[in-house]
Amino acid sequence: MSTATIEHAPAGHGAHTEPTGLWSWITTVDHKRIAIMYFLAATFFFFVGGVEALLIRIQLWNPEQAVFSAELYNQLFTMHGTTMVFLVAMPMAVAFFNYIVPLQIGARDVAFPRLNALSFWIFLFGGIYINLGWFIGAAPHASWVGYATLTSNAYSPGLNTDFWFIGLSIIGIASIAGGVNFITTIVNMRAPGMKMMRMPLFTWMTFVTSFLLITAIPVIAVALIFLGFDRTFGSVFFDPSMGGDPVLWQHLFWIFGHPEVYILILPSFGVISDIIPTFSKKPLFGYPIVVYAGILIGFIGWGVWSHHMFTTGLGPIADSFFVAATMIIAIPTGVKIFNWIATMWGGTIRFTTAMLFCIGLLAVFTVGGLSGIMHAAAPITLQQHDSYFVVAHFHYVIVGGAMMGLWAGLYYWFPKVTGRLLNETLGKWHFWTTMVGFNLTFFPMHFSGLYGMPRRIYTYSADLNVDLFNQLATIGAFIFGISALIMVWNLWHSARKGEKAGANPWEAATLEWSIPSPPHHYNFPELPVVRSREPLWNDGEREEVLAVTMLEPETEPVMPVPSYWPILLALSITVAWALVMTGIWWVIVLGILPVFFCTLMWAFEPAFPEGH
Amino acid sequence: MAQAVAASAHDAHDAHDPHATNTGVSNFKLGFWVFLASECLFFGTLISTYMVYKGTALEGPYPADLFDIIKTTISTTVLLFSSLAMVLALHYVHEARKNLAILWLFAVIAMGGTFLVMEYFSYIKYIGYGLTIGSSTFGSSYFVLTGTHKAHVAVGMIWMAILAWRLHKGKIPPSKSDQVEVAGLYWHFVDIIWIVIFTLVYLIP
Repeated sequence: MSTATIEHAPAGHGAHTEPTGLWSWITTVDHKRIAIMYFLAATFFFFVGGVEALLIRIQLWNPEQAVFSAELYNQLFTMHGTTMVFLVAMPMAVAFFNYIVPLQIGARDVAFPRLNALSFWIFLFGGIYINLGWFIGAAPHASWVGYATLTSNAYSPGLNTDFWFIGLSIIGIASIAGGVNFITTIVNMRAPGMKMMRMPLFTWMTFVTSFLLITAIPVIAVALIFLGFDRTFGSVFFDPSMGGDPVLWQHLFWIFGHPEVYILILPSFGVISDIIPTFSKKPLFGYPIVVYAGILIGFIGWGVWSHHMFTTGLGPIADSFFVAATMIIAIPTGVKIFNWIATMWGGTIRFTTAMLFCIGLLAVFTVGGLSGIMHAAAPITLQQHDSYFVVAHFHYVIVGGAMMGLWAGLYYWFPKVTGRLLNETLGKWHFWTTMVGFNLTFFPMHFSGLYGMPRRIYTYSADLNVDLFNQLATIGAFIFGISALIMVWNLWHSARKGEKAGANPWEAATLEWSIPSPPHHYNFPELPVVRSREPLWNDGEREEVLAVTMLEPETEPVMPVPSYWPILLALSITVAWALVMTGIWWVIVLGILPVFFCTLMWAFEPAFPEGH
Repeated sequence: MAQAVAASAHDAHDAHDPHATNTGVSNFKLGFWVFLASECLFFGTLISTYMVYKGTALEGPYPADLFDIIKTTISTTVLLFSSLAMVLALHYVHEARKNLAILWLFAVIAMGGTFLVMEYFSYIKYIGYGLTIGSSTFGSSYFVLTGTHKAHVAVGMIWMAILAWRLHKGKIPPSKSDQVEVAGLYWHFVDIIWIVIFTLVYLIP
């Protein structure tokens, strides 16, 4: 099978070439294009959140400094957290879900292509909306966890918190729709022979993450509805003077918030479970165990939320339960770490940038995991709660775990998306500046936290003796910022001038590498037949899968038609939610009418060409 | 063995039919089941909040002052019987007897409407007694929980009306009965949620 054959795209079939131009992107329902838009939007928000982080670090360079006011500092750390969790880590993972999952299971698209487009546009508009507060000096300021009663009208009288709860509830719709879509896709759209226990680990972790999305997001949605009613219509859910319980907010938030941690980390676990075998030239060690460990993490992840609340005073019985659950969840996570190490053991390891990021993840995520185990002990948490020790811990797991894995995935799958390899020299610069910058930023925070530096306070006293740690962190943050610029330069440069990749530059085993890079818009001319977990490593099968997918389709693959209703519906939902800010009931009711209209038009528009 | 499995999967999963699925259940129906799972957590949170706030109201009126079990039982019965009408509507769609299907869809709408009207009058009564969304934790959690449920009933009624219109236009032949079946899933779900609400909110003192 020569490269020339692989690169050969069916020519002369007008219907097979995808239209180009801005309008075709706005109306697209192609999972690959939606993935690219997710990635670009998340990268944009990554820089927004990154600049916020750098401003925070500038403010903390010296003790008792006042580069920013306390109020502006509140807005900066609130929006940094909100942006990085909801507008960067989650959509970046969803970008990979979108591009890779249909290719890995041998499908032509996701189950609901228009719903997929809707998810993207809702996420984008919600993300923009939540940032609008900056332009009127009223960005959200009650931290990303928005604890009651800081968010009540009494303590947050401006529009700040309105932007926050409305923006987040808009984005929540995108997440639930995405979860429904990927569960249905993975259950229903696998190619012949792609049994569940043959699916690549990334698809498996997408599956588990999707269940967490559809179960965790409704809880935060209801909490945000309560908050919205409290602020807009005078209900008393979180008003202690009327018998409301602020701790209820904490419970609802963390019942969502802890599964959310696994929503962030599991996709990344999936990514590296695909990459490590490829660059070790060995199948994943203990495939079923890694799958079960992922499912177990998803389950137990639902029973640990109160470890965020040990200082709330829930009593020894509740605390003991959550201490035990938190310690137990470390077991499946540890199992996965050992499986990855065992996969590399005795393998022929190639240290590509993607592989370096995987190994880097193993190292720094383990540090974050160990400080997580420390927090599992309630008495220790009493000491560390709301200190920089906690900030160090969760950056080690979220940046060191989730983001590192996604960057590994970026270097791994970029050739599939663009047809060109990312530059390895720049990639190694990206990796090493990330490692140095990241550790220099967050490792000293363990110390400043143990010395007693509280988080979310705009300055600190010189008596704490944490100046050095803060200055190291600030220097590290700027090195980390430079690493992000190197990444973007690499993306920009390699997308146009990178080395041609061919269909399977890494000699990987999974189905997405059996088709040309970039794939045809219908992915697979003929659906492949799968007979093992590593279809492209199994010799006889490799020829067959490649032969099948390189064929020109005998009959035209039936693809879903483009539609502008997803973007219109997303826009109308955003406007309707924004009108809640007015607090006038008939304006709110009028705002729902366009949503209703767009939903109807969507429902009556055929998703597939006439006759199908 | 593996080849046999692959071959049989291939038969079931015709590569040229974009609507063929691994499970045999259409994407629409499966996706909707998943969505309903999500809705369970949504209502679960609302109901849990009501239960957590039970007995925490600092000022009256209290539930015992307001709830009229007889009237609520009647409206609940009407809503439950609407599920029977939904089942019959789907049955006649399968049998391609569209006029009977439309008739039973109207029965669903009528019973849902009766439920909403009866509940509307009890809202008016409660508000007359001084219970509002801001009067106590009971008022807040009661109105947001039941209001969300009523919004679901209203959406269901609009959905049924659209289906009736499409049946009338002959756009839902038996081969497309999924459209009605999924609406039925939704309607039964809304009914089941009401059974939980009725039990936990009204029946338990």
